Amino acid sequence: MANIISDETIAYVGILAKLELSEEEKERARKDMGEMLDYIDQLNELDTSAVEPMSHVFPVNNVFREDVVTNGDGRNDTLANAPFKKDGGFEVPKTVTG
Amino acid sequence: MRKLYETVIGLEVHVELATKTKIFCGCSTAFGGAPNSHTCPVCTGMPGSLPVLNKQVVEYAMAVGLATNCDITRDCKFDRKNYFYPDNPQNYQISQLYLPICRNGSIEIETESGGTKHIGIHEIHMEEDAGKLIHDEWEDCSYVDFNRSGVPLIEIVSEPDMRSAEEVIAYLDKLRLIVQYLGASDCKLQEGSMRADVNLSVREAGSKTFGTRTEMKNLNSFKAITRAIEHEKNRQIDLLESGEKVIQETRRWDDVKEYSYAMRSKEDAQDYRYFPDPDLVPVHISEEWIQEVKARQPELRTEKLLRYQSEYGLPFYDADILTGTKKLADLFEATAKISSKPKKVSNWIMGETMRLLKESGMEPEEIRFSPENLAKLIELVDNGTVNGSVAKEVFEVVFAEDIDPAVYVEEKGLKTVHDEGALRSTIDRVIKENPKSVEDYQNGKQKAIGFLVGQTMKAMKGKANPGMVNEILKEVLSQL
Repeated sequence: MANIISDETIAYVGILAKLELSEEEKERARKDMGEMLDYIDQLNELDTSAVEPMSHVFPVNNVFREDVVTNGDGRNDTLANAPFKKDGGFEVPKTVTG
Repeated sequence: MRKLYETVIGLEVHVELATKTKIFCGCSTAFGGAPNSHTCPVCTGMPGSLPVLNKQVVEYAMAVGLATNCDITRDCKFDRKNYFYPDNPQNYQISQLYLPICRNGSIEIETESGGTKHIGIHEIHMEEDAGKLIHDEWEDCSYVDFNRSGVPLIEIVSEPDMRSAEEVIAYLDKLRLIVQYLGASDCKLQEGSMRADVNLSVREAGSKTFGTRTEMKNLNSFKAITRAIEHEKNRQIDLLESGEKVIQETRRWDDVKEYSYAMRSKEDAQDYRYFPDPDLVPVHISEEWIQEVKARQPELRTEKLLRYQSEYGLPFYDADILTGTKKLADLFEATAKISSKPKKVSNWIMGETMRLLKESGMEPEEIRFSPENLAKLIELVDNGTVNGSVAKEVFEVVFAEDIDPAVYVEEKGLKTVHDEGALRSTIDRVIKENPKSVEDYQNGKQKAIGFLVGQTMKAMKGKANPGMVNEILKEVLSQL
């Protein structure tokens, strides 16, 4: 494996993904991520200078809706599976920006 | 002694578009619905739901781009910006990073010295708004309302071309007018349909490199923006003067305390891991489509300003004020079309209407009376049915309740009395009752006639023609 993933990278990716990994899981993630980067390196060996960058896997574009209201009051369905709700809203732990 | 510093400012302006539905689903964007009543699986990020782009969003974004001299990106697409926060049900915001719909634009602002200056627009991209968090004051929890989640926004990113709070306000004012004239948004800062984040850095005057910048959020009025810029400029200069460094961070402005504080620390550096959204297909914008949108562009302020002077013969002063607010321009044109006396229409809007707006602390957008009723009132004055001062009183009722002035004048008996006989007998009585004033007048005190006119108007309950009263009084007095 050419790409070695550092402890810092594992910890950082864990924070970004909001995951708490055990030592065993960290090792597995380290191996997987290294292999993925190796694969990307392999792809990078190809000369793609003459290939137009692809922005989507399907050769489809311009799928639009007209600006017309089609949905009614969705609050019962939206809140149906909420673990906690109050006054028509989802109840979540207090989040304060700052 | 302090060195000379230059302030460098760029803006990120979010504008909420005036569509009827959200950007990726058919939920209403109307304000004031019960919490979560305007939601569906798409705008609440339910697994398996499929977003479909609202065509009107693309057209509004193109319209704003064309009006700000941008290049339209012929092939654009959407990307996911990943972050965790309870107002964001998908854990990503759909936005545009790699191929924003508009790029390389500019608008011209008037500077304080009377010149003009170009402010570059780096890009305009389309994205979705987040939900709203309501913090409980008593319990240790928050409530999430996703009615705003998925409401379409455009973010207009300027180049760091501004050097003062005045230039920032001039830029925002210009941008707001353009967007309002296009009908793409009502752009109300207080209500959040237009939001500006200020990126600011300082550098020694003459320096070619930029200093470290901060980003300021939560600016809800032009006044708050001005104060926040002054404060942040001084804070950064103080840091540099005392040998410290400016830290690149996001700061939140508290307009009550007139102070800003850092929102995110360095360790919490942002990494949004953008990637193309696989659920949304690319948008291809053809030359024909651009031409179509161009052909539909309404007349913008600069053109209107010229036309008001040439077509309606208004002075620049009037045209400038009327076109300065979309609502006033619309009201003027609609009324002028009915009454065909444009200067009089302009006078009523710039005089009494503005006075009453100011008195009641209202914005022009809150004007309720119809062009028809203003036109009728102008006609009532013109054909002599009511005099000027009665008209002003009637207008106050038109302004407040949009009543039909012709019916009101009839009902309240406010018509000017043209009966010369009645007027003469009233004047005779007033002269008899005020011998002192008559004497003063005859002794050369010209002003005394004003008092007699006033007494006559009072006796006629304000319904006489002041010119006629003046004329008859002089005639009678000269014959005494």
